[in-house]
Amino acid sequence: MSTEQAILTTADGTPLKISLQRAMRRSRLKALGLVAPLFVFILVSFLLPIGDMLLRGVENHIVAEELPRTIPLLSEWQPDSATIPSEAVFKALVLDFQQGAKNKTINRLGSRLNYEVAGISSLFRKTARKSRTLTSDPYQEAMIKIDKQWGSIETWKLLKTFSSRYTPGYYLAGADLKLNIDGEIQRQPEELRVYMKLFWRTLRLSAIITLLTLVLGYPIAYLMASLPTRTSNLLMIMVLLPFWTSLLVRTTAWIALLQQEGIINDFLVVIGLLNDGGRLPLIHNATGTIVAMTHILLPFMVLPLFSVMKTISPTYVRAAKSLGATPFQALIKVYMPNTIPGMGAGGILVFILAIGYYITPELVGGISGTFISNRIAYHISSSLNWGLAAALGAFLLLIVLALYALYDKLVGIDNMKLG
Amino acid sequence: MKFFTLKPTAVAAAFAVGAMASGSAAQATDLVVVSWGGAYTASQQKAYHEPYMAANPGIKILNDDSAAEGVAKLRAMAEAGNTTWDVVDMVASDAIRACDEGLVEEINYDQDLAAAPDGTPASKDFGDMLVSPCYIPQIVYSTTFGYRTDLVKSAPTTIADVFDLAKNPGKRSLEKRPINNLEWALLADGVDPDKVYDVLSTPAGVDRAFAKLDTIKDHVVWWTKGAQTPQLLADGEVVMGSTYNGRLFSLIAEEKQPVAMLWDWQVFDLDGWVVPSGGKNKAEVMKYLRFATDTQRLADQAKYISYGPARASSAPLVGKHATLGIDMKPHMPTDPHNAKHTLMFNIEWWADHRDELDQRFQAWLTK
Repeated sequence: MSTEQAILTTADGTPLKISLQRAMRRSRLKALGLVAPLFVFILVSFLLPIGDMLLRGVENHIVAEELPRTIPLLSEWQPDSATIPSEAVFKALVLDFQQGAKNKTINRLGSRLNYEVAGISSLFRKTARKSRTLTSDPYQEAMIKIDKQWGSIETWKLLKTFSSRYTPGYYLAGADLKLNIDGEIQRQPEELRVYMKLFWRTLRLSAIITLLTLVLGYPIAYLMASLPTRTSNLLMIMVLLPFWTSLLVRTTAWIALLQQEGIINDFLVVIGLLNDGGRLPLIHNATGTIVAMTHILLPFMVLPLFSVMKTISPTYVRAAKSLGATPFQALIKVYMPNTIPGMGAGGILVFILAIGYYITPELVGGISGTFISNRIAYHISSSLNWGLAAALGAFLLLIVLALYALYDKLVGIDNMKLG
Repeated sequence: MKFFTLKPTAVAAAFAVGAMASGSAAQATDLVVVSWGGAYTASQQKAYHEPYMAANPGIKILNDDSAAEGVAKLRAMAEAGNTTWDVVDMVASDAIRACDEGLVEEINYDQDLAAAPDGTPASKDFGDMLVSPCYIPQIVYSTTFGYRTDLVKSAPTTIADVFDLAKNPGKRSLEKRPINNLEWALLADGVDPDKVYDVLSTPAGVDRAFAKLDTIKDHVVWWTKGAQTPQLLADGEVVMGSTYNGRLFSLIAEEKQPVAMLWDWQVFDLDGWVVPSGGKNKAEVMKYLRFATDTQRLADQAKYISYGPARASSAPLVGKHATLGIDMKPHMPTDPHNAKHTLMFNIEWWADHRDELDQRFQAWLTK
């Protein structure tokens, strides 16, 4: 190949290669400009909040912010020395407390550390109240006089361990572990382990609900797909009507039906199947959650199944039968494999909706039918431990992503059809 | 498609209406008052909001029923830098937390609030009820038990009867949180009432409370919303249950259900107002609160719901129910006949132990 080869140019003399690149870049920019609004919208309303939430699960600014003088001094203190920090550290602590009391922010510190060691918040509240008047040394003696816990190495170890700006504490708590005051990871005591059980229960009940919607939804979708349009439209309306009804109304209706003095139990007693003392507990337990959520999520299974079944040509089954298959064989070997994309889409939709469900388990779940989402809601709105709520939410997100990857591996995500 | 084509005149009319609406909004000040909804908000509407709006035509009070998530939402609003609430109703422990986090304003009681009719300054009139510098208490309410008179084997008279399945078989409803339940368990187990929190401060005491709760665990329906126990009692799902005394009052007096009160060891708590920091109508809010928390208004609220006014000077003014015409005094939790055994919700103790005991309580429930 000759290096002397003439360079191809456009009419205005620019090399063709560069000109082409320019044209390509322009069209690429145009394409980017078209997707930009959606991308920015998703970034701002979805990705950034999720990122912020994940960050909240490790953030631990409060201790460093409230004790700006104490914490740097504390890094030089050796917990192993078995002596409490020096007078200088105590002086810094008093100044920090006075500053925090003036800004009216100091009590945040007690609330934060109380998540790690129960009962510590009153120490901080008391100290903030009583240290206001301290103006001269010896501070060490004065603080220990306010509360003897300031003379204890344990209190200082706690401050040191949780002084960094980021902490694994919340994520550990979400996994029923804890960082003890020496900074070591250990399991929560038996009577405080609760989150792993709830995660497991959420997955188990969601799987049961998904399976039930599939078993119940498959025949309905089949009927809708194979009946003449007029009848199938009627069926479609019957599927959609509850779908359009308020979630709370449907949940409350199930309470009226299922409770011990409710319609179903009354009926069973009237026909003599149960005696009055032996009414079945159908609600305020896992059964209640499964029944109500299966009903509520059924349309999310039926609709994708229907849209896939609608596209399956009836000639396939006819051909199978004419080749000697029994109706059952034709269903299992020919029809069902064709509906896998619908089952996959419905299954994933129902399962993901189910593991994040909150209000229905709250109302009908009692003790054995509540989900991890109910605990997350509790930590957001009641205990105000947003760090722990974020950590639990992140675990839930991880589980969803893991299951999605598993599904992709087993069935293939390209094989999923929503319509 | 032609059904959906807007005629130009219709568009113009729609804009005109919009412009008029925003024009009138500029004249009136909207105050967003956040409370608990239901009968409670209704009592505030009748006793505070309606008379205030009648006297101040420029003010429009909008009710928001999100008080249950009050602190959480205030925190979120503060983080977003856009506080849209003007006044929020909170229980005392939540108000303290909101005050700790700097989410609500401190109140200058004697300056901001009306004195009692006899001239007693507000800070004296409220007295011990002022548990936080940010808090204006309205009422004293209690959490206590109601029972179905027709379904219990024998009418319960003490808290121990709630834990006695032999004496009173059947389901009970209790709140799905450790607060109150642990105290009641210890009282029913015979702990000296003055030592309840001392005992609960020891691991053995907590074990003892949970062991007592274990004896009825299989017979408990757990509630999370105040409306649930009245519904469960009305349906006969439970024979007795705990809830707020005002809810039981309306079940008994207004809905005439066969239910009676067990006041033994009712737990007192406060409910009142806080003013969010960064609200946009501070001056109007303080004017409203001066009116809504005066002696007469607090007494008026008791005409609609059976909660005791937080001002000492309001108590003698409590009269008859506005529509039922019954004397409200015997239905007040603070009535001497009802208040033989009472417990004051220990805010400080629970601030220390709530996180841990709640987790333990949840773990105990899932066991």
